[in-house]
Amino acid sequence: MSQMLHVDDAGGVLEVSFLEKNILDESNIQQIGKELDEAVQGQNSRNMIINFGNVEHLSSAALGILITMNNRMADMGGQMCLANIRPEIYEVFKITKLDRIFSIHETAKAARDDLS
Amino acid sequence: MSSEPGKTTSWKRQFDLASSRTDIDVAVGEVLQACTDLGMEEPATFAIRLSLEEAMANAMTHGNGGDETKRILLDCHIDADQVVMAIQDEGPGFDPDTVPDPTADENLTIASGRGLALIKAFMTHVEIPRPGNRLELVFERS
Repeated sequence: MSQMLHVDDAGGVLEVSFLEKNILDESNIQQIGKELDEAVQGQNSRNMIINFGNVEHLSSAALGILITMNNRMADMGGQMCLANIRPEIYEVFKITKLDRIFSIHETAKAARDDLS
Repeated sequence: MSSEPGKTTSWKRQFDLASSRTDIDVAVGEVLQACTDLGMEEPATFAIRLSLEEAMANAMTHGNGGDETKRILLDCHIDADQVVMAIQDEGPGFDPDTVPDPTADENLTIASGRGLALIKAFMTHVEIPRPGNRLELVFERS
């Protein structure tokens, strides 16, 4: 299984970017969950930005991974922000009302400012 | 949609697929290519792709229980007015009225159960005839 995420630890905030445009395949989504787990375990950062700049499509299973990670970050006393979401995908968050539980920002910089 | 003589204005295809990601990717790719060839653009193609992916994933994982030997039947018909898709698996079916509302406050932090809600939001019309192992989806193009 190839790597699905790029993780950058800068200024006490993990910034995670997707390497694939389409987050649809169940095995890829499981791999993303595994890499997110490893990113959180391997760092002292308690805050995370997930940058959707490269993402064109995602499935409801991918939403599930994000929810799991959001719950986990909250349990750790940290915060998770989403950024750079294209309009069609933002509509998915609105329809599912997940825009109410995720902190969503137009840009990664705006997310970082919110976390600082 | 052009009505010039000789220009294709409709597309119809039936797929008999294994419950595998490889087969699903091929079928979804062909449907999306047909949508593009018939003049559809985003956000319509986004809606078609999302709904088809969710329906196929449900058929593969829930309907057919991840058993690659079980089949998924996909019928797709695109014309100037609408995209009609039917996805059928070999499972026993489900009652859509028993699916919890994922947008209810108490369900918002549950990690699964949003596929059908997304399909209903992005499609114009959704039918799940008994016994519930077939989804009939209509997307009006206008």
